[in-house]
Amino acid sequence: MQRNALYTILFATAVCIVCAIVVSSAAVSLKPAQDINAALEKQRNVLLAAGLLKADEKVDADEAQRRFEKIRMVVVNLETGEENPDIDAASFDQVRAAKDPETSSVAPANRALVQRLPDNVLIYKVLGDDGVEGVVLPVEGYGLWSTMYGFIALESDWDTVRGITFYQHGETPGLGGEIDNPKWKARWPGRKTFSEDGEPKIRVIKGLAGPPAEDPFHVDGLSGATLTSNGVTNLLHFWLGEEALGPYLARLSQGRAI
Amino acid sequence: MASKTQEALVDPLFNENPIALQVLGICSALAVTTRMDTSLVMSIAVICVLTLSNVFVSLLRNSIPTNIRIIVQLTIIASLVIVTDQILKAYLWDISKQLSVFVGLIITNCIIMGRAEAYAMANPPGMSLLDGIGNGLGYALILMITAFLREFFGSGTLFGKQILPLVSEGGWYNPNGMMLYSPAAFFIIGFLIWGLRVWKPDQLEED
Amino acid sequence: MVEHYLNLAVKAIFVENMALAFFLGMCSFLAVSRKVETAVGLGSAVIFVLGITVPMNNLIYNYMLKEGALAWVSPNLARYDLSFLGFLTYIGTIAAMVQIVEMVLDRYMPKLYAALGVFLPLIAVNCAILGASLWMVERDYTLAESAVFGIGSGIGWALAIVALAAIRERLRYHDIPAALRGLGITFIITGLMAIGFMAFGGIQL
Repeated sequence: MQRNALYTILFATAVCIVCAIVVSSAAVSLKPAQDINAALEKQRNVLLAAGLLKADEKVDADEAQRRFEKIRMVVVNLETGEENPDIDAASFDQVRAAKDPETSSVAPANRALVQRLPDNVLIYKVLGDDGVEGVVLPVEGYGLWSTMYGFIALESDWDTVRGITFYQHGETPGLGGEIDNPKWKARWPGRKTFSEDGEPKIRVIKGLAGPPAEDPFHVDGLSGATLTSNGVTNLLHFWLGEEALGPYLARLSQGRAI
Repeated sequence: MASKTQEALVDPLFNENPIALQVLGICSALAVTTRMDTSLVMSIAVICVLTLSNVFVSLLRNSIPTNIRIIVQLTIIASLVIVTDQILKAYLWDISKQLSVFVGLIITNCIIMGRAEAYAMANPPGMSLLDGIGNGLGYALILMITAFLREFFGSGTLFGKQILPLVSEGGWYNPNGMMLYSPAAFFIIGFLIWGLRVWKPDQLEED
Repeated sequence: MVEHYLNLAVKAIFVENMALAFFLGMCSFLAVSRKVETAVGLGSAVIFVLGITVPMNNLIYNYMLKEGALAWVSPNLARYDLSFLGFLTYIGTIAAMVQIVEMVLDRYMPKLYAALGVFLPLIAVNCAILGASLWMVERDYTLAESAVFGIGSGIGWALAIVALAAIRERLRYHDIPAALRGLGITFIITGLMAIGFMAFGGIQL
């Protein structure tokens, strides 16, 4: 159907306007639900790592919010290990901070292959009846295919693992992707993280590890996923080590940062 | 009329299955077939987009200027995909995260453009609707078969529910991890086409 | 820094091969792999278009679509988040770029234009092209990274299609069951190639 140029232009404009209206109204009207989902997911992951939410438990936004009241977010300066009261924890975006050259620096060479390290990170403190019960720390690092992002939670002896969870990764489903498996994650609580001289010692090994009491520094490997398993070890060693969260954890054990 | 209606709906399932016969539109889909739940959501999304785009293109078929018809079709399809993506993000957050970029890739799914151009541009909206559903179902069929085989043998589960007890959890089934890698999807589709063509020899091709 | 880019390129070409690991660009991958000559033509067109559109979409995303991206126009606009328009914009950019590339080539490099010929328009709806742009956004690449990623993915895709075409040319002399001929055997060979490429998994430079 050949028409004149004016008709073509008018038709194209009309299609654009209609499509723009449909797309924008869908985006705007669904935005609140999406924001709730995004916030809920983040809360869920922190709660999972902290052990305040069971793996098979489904909770709605209100319940998640209620449990999240036991969590206090603080921004911590990596270099000094001190809490940084100048930054509002609720609106702090660690991912963005790690990208911006003004609020981050090139990370020292590390086996977790972290490229940039933010100056400040977001820490979640778990509050109990008598003070801080534990702390949820952000970790990230390279597995086989992708960067894995997650949390590890420590008890208030700053050594015993409370829980671990990964919320974003692109590992092979069924193999490395098993880092999402609740059964594997359940192998973590009770393990010890640091050796006597304060170096991170926990490792994901090949094969099975003993129960936490007998074999405190080892965790079962993921079968068929050695590189992902090593990736988890590497990222824990980097983030719990001197170059990242070490100074903060040192202050915690001296009882100076509660 | 009844037979014609039936043809539009049923032909694409077996006689003219869009994937098996024309190799259309598998790009955006195979990567999500490691699990049945993601495949199901993907299938439904494709069926919705395909049906609606067929209907809209068909409604506009007499007024679209020929020289800009491809870009108009593309705009309609892209808008529908955006709306689908937004709905998934709002109501099926977990699955939409797993589908990641593959929802967006529905735009370049050749079935959708192909049906808009080949069928909807020349047929009334009612028939285009059926054609859309039929082709969508044909596509979903292949996707679900692939996903079934990959999830069942790859992790011993169906829709995330454990069917075969795994060795690692004290059962007897040692999952075939290969099923979860990309080559397995190619093999399954290859063998499906083989089977379909033995069953329906008129689809043989001369190479 | 060079290492970082080299690593990115190797990953895009071998480890995360668009066609073999993510099934992208399959339609043309299977349809245009009968002869090595045409496969080379389509492959180079894909490298070319990916190398242009991925950085282009990167600029559009960073300066127009993402939250706060419009701040350079006026601080008042900083609160808008237009990223939901992404799909529409990227596909539009791709279609427009393909058209422009076609016209420029026709005018200034008629030889290359004749060689690429019918493949250029085909590329606008190739999932590999849109896929690369969507991945660039999801992984938040910088401009330089997205250029490397675009060209790398293109080379990976071209490598796969040329290799497949070479195998298919030889297949003609083989006695394959009638029902498996054509598509069926092509899928199975693609699967075998994918296994080969899996050997690159886990490479780190």
